[in-house]
Amino acid sequence: MTGEIVKEVQPEPVKHHVVIKGVKDGLIFQFSDHCEWQEILDELVYKFENTHQKLLSGTSIPVTIKMGERVISDEQREELLKTIATNENLVVRAIENNITQLELHINEVMLSNAKIIRGTIRSGQVEHHKTNVLLIGDVNPGGTISSDGDVYVLGSMRGIAHAGVSGNEMAIIAASHLRPTQLRIANMISRPPDEWSVEDVHMEFAFLQEGQMNIEKIQLLKRLRPDR
Amino acid sequence: MGEAIVITSGKGGVGKTTTSANIGTALAIQGKKVVMVDTDIGLRNLDVVMGLENRIIYNLVDVIEGKCRLNQALIKDKRCEELYLLAAAQTKDKDDVTPDRIKLIIDELKLTHDFVIIDCPAGIEQGFRNAISGADRAIVVTTPETAAVRDADRIVGLLEKQNIPSPSLIVNRIRPHLIKNGDMLDIDEICNILGIDLLGIVPDDDNVIKAANSGEPAVLNVKTRSAIAYRNIARRILGDNVPLLSLEEKPTFGKRVKKFLGLG
Repeated sequence: MTGEIVKEVQPEPVKHHVVIKGVKDGLIFQFSDHCEWQEILDELVYKFENTHQKLLSGTSIPVTIKMGERVISDEQREELLKTIATNENLVVRAIENNITQLELHINEVMLSNAKIIRGTIRSGQVEHHKTNVLLIGDVNPGGTISSDGDVYVLGSMRGIAHAGVSGNEMAIIAASHLRPTQLRIANMISRPPDEWSVEDVHMEFAFLQEGQMNIEKIQLLKRLRPDR
Repeated sequence: MGEAIVITSGKGGVGKTTTSANIGTALAIQGKKVVMVDTDIGLRNLDVVMGLENRIIYNLVDVIEGKCRLNQALIKDKRCEELYLLAAAQTKDKDDVTPDRIKLIIDELKLTHDFVIIDCPAGIEQGFRNAISGADRAIVVTTPETAAVRDADRIVGLLEKQNIPSPSLIVNRIRPHLIKNGDMLDIDEICNILGIDLLGIVPDDDNVIKAANSGEPAVLNVKTRSAIAYRNIARRILGDNVPLLSLEEKPTFGKRVKKFLGLG
């Protein structure tokens, strides 16, 4: 009984939403995915002021923030940097996120009325949609997925993909595993490997540039198609 | 009430008929009452592989046309109790029967047998539609060749459309040394593309060809690797948990001793 009363009097954060780890070249702040954003900020301040003073004083220390699966807004990011900046010796080097670029991008695609299909498109099967299309599954050799807009495949793209069927040359084809038999964008048809080379296991997307089919890592999508 | 299983592949020559004969026989060896139905009308083979060609009096089309009763057309196997064959007609065509009529026959056979094994013809036309009409589940046979896997993929798609979901896969005629050298598709790769459950793998084995030519299903000769493979498949169909056959051809200690003693 008494124990509970003591707990109520001291409202210190019991759960660790922020784990601070020291590594060879600085500190890692690991944030939990399962709490409110404000709780993380509060715990940071608490740790700076109370428990971790020793660790946080002295020469400047580079800090890597591991965000987990949380996606934060620009304001929240500002807030975070401001909080950390109260300690002059902490220099934020990187904010890392477990969510891949493709997943982030797919989030956006889902918001922009894409048709989402699940399952495998097998040999002989054809899926055509007028809007952007997101397939959760594989396209097998002999199968075709096509769209008047973009084609996104969260899976292996081994068959034929046709984006911008009605002539949109800005359309793209993206896949977690791009090993197609043929790619088509608007009226352009291209096939590996004589026209473009397939490299290691990267998430990739295909786009047209000056009438040529190009393949790039998914990370460059925002740069090459800023409107997407 | 029994279960009707169609053995199909899309591509010809991958071993549908051999697989049907061996799975049917293996299930009968396990004490089940089994009937094998050859739906390859006009190009029947199952009777030859089973060595029952000379016993055919009535066939599937005779039953459909009402020339005989279903029981009269069932040919009893010469080796296994409770194993029967319903042969296809050789003088007719696949278009002479309809899926509905075949389904009626399969449904009737299911009442009196534990398993109805349906041997499907190659292709995706009328013969295929006939064969799958009465099936509860499907086994897709493929070989580790790109063309066969492509066709198997097409078949899986068609089966899904016909509401025969989640077929299982048999990879037939595996040559371990070719896979080892990377000259043949490996089994993981095939499973990856097709995305269906692997029911079993059967190594390429001369005994299977010899057995088929002499009208004896290979599964009867317990010593061969293919026979073990088919028996394992039958046990998995019955719900047993049997590990996959190892493709490594390492002689066991017992075999080496036997060989040393001149017994192997």
